[in-house]
Amino acid sequence: MKTEKVKNDPLFHVSKNDNLPRWKAMLIRAGAVLVALVICGIMSVILIKENPFKIYGTMITGAFIDIWTLLKDIAVLLMFGLAVIPAFKMKFWNMGANGQVLIGCLCAIACMKFLAGKVPNVVLIILMVVTSIAASVIWAVIPAIFKAFFGTNETLFTLMMNYIAIGIVAYFSFSWSDGSGTIGLVNYIGSKNYMAGWFPNIGNKYVMIILIALLVDAFMFVYMKYTKHGFETALVGESVNTAKYVGINVKKVIIRTLILSGVICGIMGAMFAGSLEHTVNTSICGSKGFTAILVAWLANFDPLMMLFTTFFVVFLQTGAENVSTVFQLKSTDYSNIVVGIIFFCIIGCEFFIRYKIMPSQRLKDILSGKKTRSAEKKEEA
Amino acid sequence: MSKEIALELKNITKSFGRVVANRNVNLTVYKNEILSLLGENGSGKTTLMNMISGIYFPDEGEIFVDGKPAVISSPKDAFGYGIGMIHQHFKLVDTFTAAQNIILGIKNEKYNIKLVNSRVREIAEKYGFDIDPKKKIHEMSVSEKQTVEIIKVLYRGANILILDEPTAVLTPQEIEKLFAILRKMRDDGKSIIIITHKLNEVMEISDRVSILRKGEYIGTVNTCETTEKQLTEMMVGKQIELKIDRVKVESTKPLLEIRDLVIRSDDGSKAIKNVSFYIRGGEILGVAGITGCGQKELCEAIAGLRKVESGFIMHKGESIVGMPPKLIIEKGISMSFIPEDRLGMGLAPSFSITDNMMLKTYGEGKTPFVNRQAAREKAQALIEKLEIATPSTETPVRRLSGGNVQKVLVGREIDANPNVIVTAYPVRGLDINSAYAIYDILNEQKSKGVGILFVGEDLDVMLALCDKILVLCHGEVMGIVHAAKVTKDQLGLMMTGAVNLTELQKEKNFGIAKDSNLTETEWLNAANEQNGGAENEN
Repeated sequence: MKTEKVKNDPLFHVSKNDNLPRWKAMLIRAGAVLVALVICGIMSVILIKENPFKIYGTMITGAFIDIWTLLKDIAVLLMFGLAVIPAFKMKFWNMGANGQVLIGCLCAIACMKFLAGKVPNVVLIILMVVTSIAASVIWAVIPAIFKAFFGTNETLFTLMMNYIAIGIVAYFSFSWSDGSGTIGLVNYIGSKNYMAGWFPNIGNKYVMIILIALLVDAFMFVYMKYTKHGFETALVGESVNTAKYVGINVKKVIIRTLILSGVICGIMGAMFAGSLEHTVNTSICGSKGFTAILVAWLANFDPLMMLFTTFFVVFLQTGAENVSTVFQLKSTDYSNIVVGIIFFCIIGCEFFIRYKIMPSQRLKDILSGKKTRSAEKKEEA
Repeated sequence: MSKEIALELKNITKSFGRVVANRNVNLTVYKNEILSLLGENGSGKTTLMNMISGIYFPDEGEIFVDGKPAVISSPKDAFGYGIGMIHQHFKLVDTFTAAQNIILGIKNEKYNIKLVNSRVREIAEKYGFDIDPKKKIHEMSVSEKQTVEIIKVLYRGANILILDEPTAVLTPQEIEKLFAILRKMRDDGKSIIIITHKLNEVMEISDRVSILRKGEYIGTVNTCETTEKQLTEMMVGKQIELKIDRVKVESTKPLLEIRDLVIRSDDGSKAIKNVSFYIRGGEILGVAGITGCGQKELCEAIAGLRKVESGFIMHKGESIVGMPPKLIIEKGISMSFIPEDRLGMGLAPSFSITDNMMLKTYGEGKTPFVNRQAAREKAQALIEKLEIATPSTETPVRRLSGGNVQKVLVGREIDANPNVIVTAYPVRGLDINSAYAIYDILNEQKSKGVGILFVGEDLDVMLALCDKILVLCHGEVMGIVHAAKVTKDQLGLMMTGAVNLTELQKEKNFGIAKDSNLTETEWLNAANEQNGGAENEN
């Protein structure tokens, strides 16, 4: 080289760490939460000039104000998460849980609107569930077929299917309603069909979805861990070549797994229509289909771990919303910032779980006050 | 010859996670010399060289070039110090010409392709390379591509050249040529480090040999003062008998008969052209050929993973063409292909050993559940039988070392009691002891009357282990020879297509078994059926 620049040795080495003991990983995660809380504390002092401990207290109490709502929110998010994990385990990135639930819900509502009073209630409810599941399955299977036969990118495809579903729901919420944009009350209050198609309450209207979510969770746990189907799904995700080599029909597995996703979304859609909302509009799913992805990844696609991650995420969101209410903030922006910082730290700390960072010789020399090699070279030059 | 030091390493240590790849390694390279770096797979040779060429940075230790301390944190830095590395896997742009590839990435150089071409020719002439700078990479053979890589390094003014297993992809004749060039470069004052684990090459080419074992520096000896035996001892750490037995087994009727097979590769060209051969029970048939001569496609077709264009694959007289892979597995045909990344096909890297044991058998039984208990017992038995080093049966295979990964794969295949074993590169990347363990397993299967198709890279091994060797060149059979009656040079000539025994000795009817399972009329009927089928399709 003509101009010889003196290069410094690097300060750190980063290397893969495949074998971190579980307790250490948990310790790192706990540390990440702590870091997040400290940053949030500083943010709250700067932005809204409140005592951070008061804010954290409000978050905790806020999340548990209404225990049934909290449990229901967990159950709903859990259903979305359970719908995406079998596909995720197969490395089929299903971003379309929202659309799949929406279209199922719309079909169930259609049954309520057009069959109310014409068939017995039991038949109506069964029809609602069946059509909802069928619609969701179709919505989930279309991208799966394209993926299996033409190798299309499932992420974009499922994402686009969301927008189609939203468009369809938006159209019908106008044409079936008085133009308010939601299919208000499907059948008017006071009419004798007002409650046609409503699912029976067990205790209160949230118990049913909670029980269903728990059942589906248990089913998925067994399915993914102990069944032949689950084994095939995991193998396709692990290596398509190996799966073909042992004689698995990969196309069949992709489609079958997405049917399963669709069934779970269909159940959720029917629950929205028959039990939780009794209506459909474009924002009924919120961003749950996407939050579910976060929940699934944090749980490493394990249905049991997902019980904890959904609780954690819902707890944070509910608590943060309560902060906005109690401290009379004009918007939910602050609570969004808090939730964002906590997620960032928790997801970011995965790097420190998967990799080991060690100081290099140069850093050790600097810390111990020794002359570094680069410095020696500089002197020479 | 002057003894000027070109490159010196002092106490180099590098670890990946908990694995220490190099520990306190010292190495000295003089000008005007060829130094062999000898060591088993996994002994840290490549890691060490990657640190000199700027791909990795050492955790500890120092590097001196021409007596001055050097900090090499990128390949560019390495070139600055006159160090160039020729990797095992070439890094070339297929659609560019040789000259374009050679100047790719050089900064501050005007793009004047005429000047480059003439400079490339100059270098080629000086050292005796055979190269056309205007030829595109995709039209080149493997050895031509290697030439481009070497000139690329010389063009950048390298004085220290590192070659990572340069002979692995070459035929015996090409190796001779490469060695002649290396000697010329040495006499020109360059320092050359050649990584290898082949002892005969070490003895032939190098002036000195440095040996690594399990990441540690063992020592350096002058080649003229040592023997292959001493080198092996230093490399493995104990005395071992390096002899592969060819077990004598009474061979049976043909188990697998292949006739006029045509298979297309992924890009639609014919990968296998009218190939005929057969494997008897109790026989190992080797398949030799340079990379890309159709071995992979052949293996995949036998396992039912690739469509057969035309021709026959008869297993015990029954056609298996068009059968789904599952049925072929059930017929007792086992295929294990060890790709370059070793985990690509046949194993699921993050599955446990138990789960990998049941990859082919998980579907057994009528319940919807997998029988993990049975698989666990099998895994346990296999770990004990093949001495697989693992913490438990539930350890993901990707955490095992290469040798143990392959033992799991080969062990599972044999556990299924196959009658035909198709195995490609089963010892790829293995240390010597594990490789010999695999040869023993294959010989044991052969004694049991299993027919084995062995696709290999190392001609020495194939000559010792196989009964017969089939040589492929561009998808055509160049001949099927008795391993005991052929030399390495003859195989080399056939691999490049210089000698074609199929043409020369047409009367011998290579690959057609005299005691076929089918009569001539049955073969004719099968052919008619296939032709008829094809016409119907049209």
